[in-house]
Order: sequence, then structure tokens, then C-alpha cells
Amino acid sequence: MDTTTSTTLDEVKQLMRMAVGDEKHDVSAHSTLDILWVLYDRVLRYVPDKPEAKERDRFLLSKGHGPLALYAILAAKGFFPTTELERFGTWEGILGGHPDRQQVPGIEISTGSLGHGLPMAVGVALALRAKKGEQRVFVLIGDGECNEGSIWEAVMLAGQLNLANLTCILVNNHSSLYNFSDLETKFSAFHWQTTNVDGRNHEQLYQALSMTATTQPHVIIADIAR
Amino acid sequence: MTTTQKLSMRDQMVATIAELFERDERTALVLAAVSATQFAPILQRYPQRALNLGIMEQSMIGVAAGFALEGFIPFAHTITPFLVERPLEQLKDDFCYQGLGGNFLSIGASYDYSTDGPTHHGPADVPLLMQLPDMQIVVPGTAHELDQLLQAAYANGSPTYYRTSVAEHNEHLDIEFGKLKVIKQGSQATVIAVGPSLEYVLPAVEGLDVTLLYCTTVAPFDKETLRAYASKGEIVVVEPYYEGALVPGISAALEDMPTRIKAIGVPRQFLHRYGTLEQYNAALRLTPEEIHRRIEQFL
Repeated sequence: MDTTTSTTLDEVKQLMRMAVGDEKHDVSAHSTLDILWVLYDRVLRYVPDKPEAKERDRFLLSKGHGPLALYAILAAKGFFPTTELERFGTWEGILGGHPDRQQVPGIEISTGSLGHGLPMAVGVALALRAKKGEQRVFVLIGDGECNEGSIWEAVMLAGQLNLANLTCILVNNHSSLYNFSDLETKFSAFHWQTTNVDGRNHEQLYQALSMTATTQPHVIIADIAR
Repeated sequence: MTTTQKLSMRDQMVATIAELFERDERTALVLAAVSATQFAPILQRYPQRALNLGIMEQSMIGVAAGFALEGFIPFAHTITPFLVERPLEQLKDDFCYQGLGGNFLSIGASYDYSTDGPTHHGPADVPLLMQLPDMQIVVPGTAHELDQLLQAAYANGSPTYYRTSVAEHNEHLDIEFGKLKVIKQGSQATVIAVGPSLEYVLPAVEGLDVTLLYCTTVAPFDKETLRAYASKGEIVVVEPYYEGALVPGISAALEDMPTRIKAIGVPRQFLHRYGTLEQYNAALRLTPEEIHRRIEQFL
């Protein structure tokens, strides 16, 4: 499947600047930018003009806050016209402060309320396993989102079910009210494979996102200095 | 109409889902510990798509939505408050807003768990779910009706709630998803009985010159049949959950005609007592005699 384009990260940043009106989520959008860039530029398998192609890898933005980085990358990669960024948050456009799967090509799930996407990703991973599919499931959560109880329900479940086709990217931008200094041990205790990376280091991100599946779900804890 | 002996609705739910698993590979089942024993044969036979997830109702709905995203037709089941009230936001966001189909089957309707207190009571289920756009709501009155409705609607692509109950009526009716059934015709008023309420409404309207309509699909509501049998504009609706949930639907169906509506159902109050279903019904004025008296007063 085609994952190569000539787009650059600088072009994505320019696209992000075209959209105005979501300043409250600026930190959130910029926290995820490098991670999503590496994911869509070098890791995920997808076909931009067939966003529902069965053989695609799935990416679910559980942390629906600050989707601007994702919008800009999807536009840069050809899922929809880049001019949509100019219509962010308007009646005429399809892009808003939280993404709507029925509006935006390439958006797998509609999110915004925290704690929903990881359980849904577990369901997607189970469904793909039941169909003997080779596709991988990636889901992105935030450390603030880890205050939600449903996240830990799903963490417990995925470890118990040995969901090796599931990779969770935990963006730790230190926005949680509680200090999760030892996130790695928490996931390990629930039988997850864990990797710590610098959330701005593209090579570290690429290595972690490309890791071959073992028998367990994999969490990549991506630290973002705040 | 004949009286027949039949499975409980809970047993019928398991039997129908087992049958659907046999013939439809798109089916998936998620449980939150409740009824795992009853569903054990399905869990064992289809371990890839039938799972007991443990006591995590929010994630149960999320996982069901994940199956739906991949083209499966999920069934999710537990006791009413834990299926509707605890994961209400998951039903809203993960199914209704996403535009996904799924089936949510509860046990323990209203105060079926009459010795277990209000944490296990669920009379708010139907009124709450009526606030969710696109949610279909089914209230069968017997196991036979549950089987008919589930077979008809399980794969229709909409999120659909099935309210099963230990309270059943004793008629053997063939019903249709989305349609009111005309039980009898009269001239003074139109009485709508919902699901198991029919057991008490039938004797309550004996001797009254009223039309009796029987409702098992609360949403979408069959406005056409109601309009055809409500020319008098005098309406009584008897519901087995918190009273009045159907009033907006009735009002909308008859918006162009003068209408009076009397709603009879479970009053909104916590029941700080333990006992039998019969004791609850008596305390809440939901016996045939009381329903008869309240309809006569209204007329």
C-alpha cells in the first residue's frame, strides 16, 4: 500500500497555521505532531483515496482533543483537500475541535470525550483477530486521558487478551493532574510490552512504531517536555 | 389468542442469539460477567467473537463498537442499570454518534430485582435512551415476542435496545417490529399498553368501550397506526417503566388534533423497600383494578 508522498513536516506545519479557532487545544495538537508525522509518513499502511480500504492499518485518535495535527497530516497526505484547513470550525467545513468520522475521510472514530477510543481500539483489534486480518491497530491516548477509569479497564482487558495487534501511543505531555512518573510499570503490571521514547525524536519513534509484534499489546510512552 | 407455557425472556435471549450465531458469521457477543453461565456454550464455541470481558460496562460498550466498526453485529448484555445508566455516554458516543449498529439486551427491568434495592432497579432505561438520537427501543411482552423482534431487527444497522423482563403477559401474539398491534376496538378512547403492561391492561379495560393498541417498539414509534385508531383524541398510555416516556411521541403523532393524554407507569421515586413484584405493583397503583379506576376517572 502507498505510504510515500513528497510532503514535508514543514508543509504540515504551514497547513496547521491555516486553521484558526482551536487555541485551547494548541498544546495538545503540537504534542502529537511528530508522533503522527512519523506514523503517517513511514509506518501506517493506507490508501488516501480509499480511506476505508480493508487492508489499511487502523489509527484511532482516542484523545480527540487537538486534532489539528492529524487534520493537517491527513490533508498533506491526500485524504482531503488542504483548503479544508481554512474552513476549520465553520459551518461550511468538515473539520472541528473534535473529529467526526462521518465528515472527515481518514478519521476512524469520532472522539472528543476522553476515555472512549482505547476500549474501541480493543474491540477493533479483537474483530481483526477474529477475521484473521493482518492489519495493525494504533491508538493514541494522552496522560491526562489516563485519569479516566475506562482507560484502565481497557488496559487490563488488552493485556489479558494478548492483543499483539494493538499498539497504544501514550503521549505524556505532563497534563495529568496526577504524577504518572512510572507509567511504564503500570502498563507492565497489566501485561503490556512497553517502550519509552522522546516524543520529538523521529528515529526513536520510528523504531518503536515499527517493532514487530510479540504476544502482547505494546505501549509506546512518548514523553513531550512541557 | 391462546395461553402458552414458554421460556423466560432471559432464556429466549440466549436461545435466539445462539441461533443467530449459528447462521450469521457477522455476530459478536460481549458480556460484563452477567449471564456468563447461560451464554457459556456460545462463549466456548466462538471464542474469537464471543467474550466475557469482566465487570467493565463502559469498555464493554466500547469494545462492542470496535466490533461494529469492523463489520460485525455486536450483542452486549448485562443488568439494566449497568447496561444503560453507567455507560450511557458510550451508547451515545460510541454507537449513536458514530452511526454504528448494535444490540443491547438488558435483564432486570424496572424493579424485577424486587429484593435488591434501587441500585439494581432500572425504570429510567427507556426514558433515558429516548434522548439518544437513532436509538431504537424494543419492549417485548413475552419471550416469543422477544424472539420475533430480535430476529427482525438485530441486523438492521441501528443501535437497538431490548428490554427483557421477568414480568410477562399471558397472550400469544405475533407482532411486528415498529408496528402497533390492534387488540380490540372501541369508541370512547384509545389505550396503548406497552410490553408486559398488557397483562394488567387487558383485565383493566374489560367492559370499557375503548380501543386497545399494543406497543412493543417504543422507538421508532408507529405514528401511522395510532393516528388511524385515535380519532377521539382521548389517549391513555400504560408503560412498565417511568411514566410518560411515550407522551411526546403520542403528542407529535396527533399534533393536528385536540388530544388529552393520561400517562400511567412507574412513578419517579426511589423504592426503599424490599418485597415481591406484586407488592411493588400494589404500592405503585399498577394493579388491574387501579389501572381500571384511573382510566375510568380520566374518561
